[in-house]
Amino acid sequence: MSVFSDPTNRDVYVTGFLWILKLTLASSVCALVLGTLLAAMRVSPVPVLRGFGAAWVNIFRNTPLTLIVFFCYFGLYSTLGFTTSNDLELNNYWLGVVGLSVYTAAFVCEAIRSGINTVPAGQAEAARAIGMTFRQTLTSIVLPQAGRAVIAPLGSIFIALAKNATIVGTIGLMESSNAMKQLINDNGNAVFAIFFVFAGTFAVVLIPTGYGFGWLADRLAVKR
Amino acid sequence: MRITRLAATFGAMALVLAGAACGGSSDKAGGSGSGGGASGIVGKAAGGKLTFGVKADQPGLGLQTGSTYTGFDIEISKIIAKGLGVPESGITWKTTVSANREAYIQQGQVDVVVATYTINDARKQKVNFAGPYYVAGQDLLVPVNSTITGPESLTGKKVCSVSGSTPAKRIQTDHKDAQLQQFDSYSKCVTALAGGQVDAVTTDDIILAGYASQPQYAGKFKVVGKPFSTEPYGIGVKKDDTAGCNKINDILKAAATDGSYKKAWEDTLGKSGKPAPELDTSKLTNCS
Repeated sequence: MSVFSDPTNRDVYVTGFLWILKLTLASSVCALVLGTLLAAMRVSPVPVLRGFGAAWVNIFRNTPLTLIVFFCYFGLYSTLGFTTSNDLELNNYWLGVVGLSVYTAAFVCEAIRSGINTVPAGQAEAARAIGMTFRQTLTSIVLPQAGRAVIAPLGSIFIALAKNATIVGTIGLMESSNAMKQLINDNGNAVFAIFFVFAGTFAVVLIPTGYGFGWLADRLAVKR
Repeated sequence: MRITRLAATFGAMALVLAGAACGGSSDKAGGSGSGGGASGIVGKAAGGKLTFGVKADQPGLGLQTGSTYTGFDIEISKIIAKGLGVPESGITWKTTVSANREAYIQQGQVDVVVATYTINDARKQKVNFAGPYYVAGQDLLVPVNSTITGPESLTGKKVCSVSGSTPAKRIQTDHKDAQLQQFDSYSKCVTALAGGQVDAVTTDDIILAGYASQPQYAGKFKVVGKPFSTEPYGIGVKKDDTAGCNKINDILKAAATDGSYKKAWEDTLGKSGKPAPELDTSKLTNCS
């Protein structure tokens, strides 16, 4: 454990996990918004939108995340010239957020769509019977009930997202996995201690998060 | 129900922490206890077989194509094997990366490591070094028309290196005004350099020379040629194998005089146009 008493090493460790936190927060917001939109598309009466939603899910859900993040750097940034910031780290950070968001949105979309299936057909029929449009039915009748039904699966998706965030290390952000690599390279004699501290940090943060989502799901469930 | 769940959570945490504690202590035990003295490489070589740990992704030094390895480190390994009386057919190559070299030697997964292995004090606590067989220095690889002339002209420039490596750390600490891009391999850095996303790639000059001499980049890049560090490459063996270490140093001394060292260079890195270095036998380690 003496590795972590050195302030420089501690700084590497803390910065690494701060990047993970920032990546997870920004990407979960983007993925939630994007995923909900995609779910709405997939149940909409417009065939083009349905096709677009289905294509998105099938493409991004079945592509390895490493490739998506890698493409964000070498495709989106290198070849197409898409930049978000002149600062190298920030630019890589936002490219990472783009990659994580488009990938996670596919899973969020499928979770919400399965939630929509738990809402009894009578609810949507009743809404239509009193003259509500598709948009009104979706936003004020179906989605609120569907959302409450899928809090637990969404929790799993966000926990997976937090761990997936380490993949942004492949395009050079000094997040936790790169921080771990650096510490191991400098302190070859404490490989196991370093490894378990990094793995333990994830476990200590994510296990309570999982229970938190479980508790929230219980509380907000639609009692039928 | 709630209570059992809570208990389960804390139980899981306790397990994780216990794991961390075990990891720490077993690591220390491995450092001092392992590696029986009788099984030194000299004894092992008498059986006609040796396992060498080498790099697999560094052109000119240790590069794996299919199942064959080529490069300067490989040629040095062959010289050592020959000196120990092991035929080339008795050599087993094993890919090592920077992070697992000490562990591989200690656990006996490899007998000898020849893998751009810089001798330093932290590593000396875990393994014994013979050599150095080459002294490299950190340098910069830039496009031929670049204005970068050395580490002092890096202000505001984007510099690429491998994440967690010593060269990357040196840029972070000694050249804070440069922006550091890190990838998990040098080949990605070189791709980014070719695409103009970074202004320079930095690591040991000998590795950069290997990339510069790759056919697809011929004439596009140059090595600046102002090394700003000293990296003596050593040959790692088990900590308590003093006899093996001395034997390797003797083999290196012989290789310096009989021309096999020069030939190893000319067959590999010499192709980049760099003349063969002089192997300074007075600088060899004392294996203690």
